Amino acid sequence: MSALARAITGWSLIRAFTVLVYLFMFLPVAVVVLLAFNANQFGSFPMEGFSVRWFAALWNNDAIVRAFKTSVLLGGLTAVLSTTIGVLASLALVRYDFRGKGLITTAMIAPILVPEVVLAVALLLFLRWLEMPKSFLLLLLGHVIFTLPFVVLIVQARLVAVRREFEEAALSLGANGFQTFREVTLPLIMPAVFAGMIFAFTISFDDITGTLFWKPGGVETVPTQIFAMLRHSISPEINALGAVMVVVTVAVPLLGAAIARRMATTLK
Amino acid sequence: MSDRQPVVELREVVKRYGNFTAVQPIDLSVEAGAFVTLLGPSGCGKTTTLRMVAGLAAPTAGDILIKGARVNDVPIHKRNLGIVFQNYALFPHKSVFDNVAFGLKYRKVANPEIAKRVQRALDLVQLPQMAERLPNQLSGGQQQRIALARAIVVEPDVLLLDEPLSALDANLREEMRVELKKIQHQLGIATIFVTHDQSEALAMSDKIIVMNQGRIEQQGSPEEVYTRPRSEFVARFLGNSNLLDGRVLGRADGLLRLAVGGLGDILAEPDGVLEAGDGASLRLVVRAEKLRLAASPTPEADVTNLAGRIETVDYQGQSARYFVTVGAHSLQVINPIDQRPHAEGAEVSVQVRARDIVLLQPE
Repeated sequence: MSALARAITGWSLIRAFTVLVYLFMFLPVAVVVLLAFNANQFGSFPMEGFSVRWFAALWNNDAIVRAFKTSVLLGGLTAVLSTTIGVLASLALVRYDFRGKGLITTAMIAPILVPEVVLAVALLLFLRWLEMPKSFLLLLLGHVIFTLPFVVLIVQARLVAVRREFEEAALSLGANGFQTFREVTLPLIMPAVFAGMIFAFTISFDDITGTLFWKPGGVETVPTQIFAMLRHSISPEINALGAVMVVVTVAVPLLGAAIARRMATTLK
Repeated sequence: MSDRQPVVELREVVKRYGNFTAVQPIDLSVEAGAFVTLLGPSGCGKTTTLRMVAGLAAPTAGDILIKGARVNDVPIHKRNLGIVFQNYALFPHKSVFDNVAFGLKYRKVANPEIAKRVQRALDLVQLPQMAERLPNQLSGGQQQRIALARAIVVEPDVLLLDEPLSALDANLREEMRVELKKIQHQLGIATIFVTHDQSEALAMSDKIIVMNQGRIEQQGSPEEVYTRPRSEFVARFLGNSNLLDGRVLGRADGLLRLAVGGLGDILAEPDGVLEAGDGASLRLVVRAEKLRLAASPTPEADVTNLAGRIETVDYQGQSARYFVTVGAHSLQVINPIDQRPHAEGAEVSVQVRARDIVLLQPE
């Protein structure tokens, strides 16, 4: 057998294939980020000089700044609401027995099983039926429904691992139900709560499908703003905005994961 | 002072889960300062009983009283209890100090007083230097001491111990056993201790309540329960017993003569309570350590001599456990070792004193 044939083993093929898959997935992202720094008006290779002018242009573009603020506000509110509801729901589902528990669990998890377009249209039709106009509140509601399953799944998993005795010990020492939750349960599930919150924010922040259906006229989030801009032209500004999106959606979860891990180690 | 009033009292307490009855109607009381043990195999209802006293489970029927007041409807956090759990249940995110101080915080104790009392509790469990540590920096035994400190620092009306020693390894367990009993005695807290370990129960308790299938089989001092089992279950559960069926043949010199099928005749002291006329069937309980192996029969009048052959020898250091074939039976015998244990296959005289035989009504 030749040296070449010996070098091509099953594992080396798998390794090569894996590299190809990752290139396929991340090369376009890398290209966008790279071209965001291109000095040339027409974003294409070869690049002609390095520049941050497109980022400056973003900063000066009122529509984009507005969209960014909307996205951050929407993501933040979604994260807070989803986490609050999700934690309370998880507590009920894990700690108590009641009728219809299975049904409620399924209903709450369903939004991630149903295709997003279907969910988007369904909520819209429901609103039509109620004869309510589209509003920011509806958009927020849609995002909460859509991110709730992630929070519930994460928090539930953690809560199952928190033994009931901790709470029973707190109760036996004189803390009432709420004090027990605040002093014992919440700190113990905090890493999961935090992770759920980050998830909710990130998912809300870069969601486009549902947002396109639910947003009232004149309100744009960063993804819908990019979408709108793309219809006119492919400007380097979009590359810059894309780069910002990539940084936010990658950095926030990474930061969150790091903090959650720190919390988890002190709780071991 | 109503000194004689029990600290904890259960009156006809029942616990059912659906169709399953975990606790049959039971009555029990714990006197001031007493160490009462609920002993039984898993599933006997001992933990459920403890949880009802704690307020972690609601009784289906019956009354639970603490210091004479009915507490059925009093939630757990208002019962003034101290509970020590099997897995310690120390709050992992709080320091040892904060763990122990937890109960005092909710009793509106002032901070300087909290510090003083926490330190006193830590001194009591002999871990005065550990206040700043987190629970995961402590060994299992240390964690259990802190859990005990946390439970007693609030000066509870009653201390509930849910198998607190079973997560510890054997040496530590015996050490903690002595210590726990010492601290309990020192503080004089009425205590309910749940365990399936008979040696813990015998060593620590003022009163043992043996439970089986949700019922109380017998209660009494450790000595009473051990030497005078009132049921076959108790006889089997505590210690090593031989159970035999006998029929009363007659009386001589104040002793009963019983015929045991496949074994021979045995002399037993009559039990005042049992109906034991001629021909009555009785169950005989003979503790393994009450049978004595000897090379030759003894002439003592109240001793039954049986001829046996040693089948197996289980050497245990200071004593040995033998299985001895006597007639159609195999008897378990535990004897201290004098010089060397009896040899396997040896022909021996198996001797039992009349007063060492416990008689039961057949079930």
